[in-house]
Amino acid sequence: MIELLVEHSLGFAQLQDGGRFGVRHLGITQGGALDWVAMQQANWLLGNAADAAVIEIPLGGLQLRAHAEGWLALTGADLDAKRDGQPMAPGQTFQLRHGQTLQFNSPKRGVRAYLATPGGFAAEPVMGAVATVMREQLGGLHGNGRGLHNGDRLQGKASEAEPRTLPAGALWYPGVGVVLDLIPGAQIAAFAGASLFAAFNQSWTLDQRADRMGMRLTGPALRYQGQALISEGIPLGAVQVPPDGQPIILMNDRQTIGGYPRLGAVTPLSLARLAQCAPGQKVRLRVVSQEAARREMLVALKALATLGQPTP
Amino acid sequence: MNLRIESAAIDSLMVRLFDEIDEANMPWLMAAAEKLREAFGAQLIDLVPSYTTLLLHYDLHALSEADAIALIQRSLHNLQPLANETGTLHAIPVWYHQSVGTELPAIAQRAGLSAEQVIEQHGSRDYPVFTLGFAPGFAYMGLVDEALASARLATPRQRVPKGSVGIAERQTAIYPLTSPGGWNLIGRCPLTLFSAERGSLLQPGDRVRFVSIDHAEFIRLGGDDTAMEASA
Repeated sequence: MIELLVEHSLGFAQLQDGGRFGVRHLGITQGGALDWVAMQQANWLLGNAADAAVIEIPLGGLQLRAHAEGWLALTGADLDAKRDGQPMAPGQTFQLRHGQTLQFNSPKRGVRAYLATPGGFAAEPVMGAVATVMREQLGGLHGNGRGLHNGDRLQGKASEAEPRTLPAGALWYPGVGVVLDLIPGAQIAAFAGASLFAAFNQSWTLDQRADRMGMRLTGPALRYQGQALISEGIPLGAVQVPPDGQPIILMNDRQTIGGYPRLGAVTPLSLARLAQCAPGQKVRLRVVSQEAARREMLVALKALATLGQPTP
Repeated sequence: MNLRIESAAIDSLMVRLFDEIDEANMPWLMAAAEKLREAFGAQLIDLVPSYTTLLLHYDLHALSEADAIALIQRSLHNLQPLANETGTLHAIPVWYHQSVGTELPAIAQRAGLSAEQVIEQHGSRDYPVFTLGFAPGFAYMGLVDEALASARLATPRQRVPKGSVGIAERQTAIYPLTSPGGWNLIGRCPLTLFSAERGSLLQPGDRVRFVSIDHAEFIRLGGDDTAMEASA
């Protein structure tokens, strides 16, 4: 079983899993890996359960040292990772020997890297999940919502691994433009016609204000003409439009209820891609039907579960 | 009640029952929550009731949107409101004091009342818990007397201490965790409203009666009397 000492951390790297469910009526958000596809790939590489606890590493600034050797799998962003100074590209499994370091420096492609170990990283689940939610002071390595800090010790839950190889092209990185699929919501008709045209025919820029709660887009101001809303539950990916007309895509750590009008909700597959986009990235919104989105999602989930294996 | 079901996300539907905030919605929303949990069983991932709606998050492996809509319609057919007394009545102690309730004097002045009268007024009715949200265990309650209604602070505070009791418009709430916030503070509650082990003390449909306590009692109940920083 691997044992890792956090030698250097900016505090943003954190344990994540599939998220916390069945408690949102208590005001508790869902949390979970933003790029859930990359998390599942990292776990698949070691033969883990798809949502075993992994380390989500945004942007770099993390150094780990092995105090006991073990297997690791790295997916998601290319953060210029180095094992004892040697480059480690994402999309592979490797062993970290006693005393070796693993360093995440700065983003070369993508934003969030995921590090898995056999059985997942050990932490006491809080309300059914390990997912770290800083704002709620819940989950994570110590159960109090803190990200990884210098001096933290991480342990794997198993030592045996069945290392696998990802098929070529399995990792995804943003290109010049990124398309986000959006399922229209009930309030979409209450936006001005010109605003709707702009929403789906112009490109948006991902703002600096982009985190685990929400990703803000800047572009043409969208005008909502409907009635003021009463706060209601917010699904993952909801695109809310506050009075300034600049949409916010609500992510895993969003507040559970809110009262801004919504265009609809971005699909989970598109959200995984958005998680790899840096501020300044150009994105487009594209309307998709719920039915088509669900079909695509079921196919994608099946493909993730059987990565690189012959399908019958 | 007027049932509408709206597409909200790939695996979520908005079940809309009402169009206005009203205490009388609560028994209907509670009844609908019960029926939906029963009907969906293991295929329900989360159900988030609010003032007029329930957001239903279902398992997209098991159900198509059409299946889920049909199941909602079936389960809410002939819905009857729950009896009013099903929620728990909580007596919640509050130390009302300017040092921990910075806006108490301003609210009193606006209302043309003394601080004592504001305290008496705030504690004079049972408030239903409309919904939990914003933060774990944060219960939106109301409605306070018109005279006490207060707009949110123009600039929210970076740090509102755990237990702070506040008013926003005609709603009232207790901050379960130290967090940012823009509500007008009038006092502090010494009780723990939320913990990961015990969950939330207050549940939608419960009722709350605020009981004024003095400083000694507040400390005896484990309250932290650290004063708010003098606000600008």
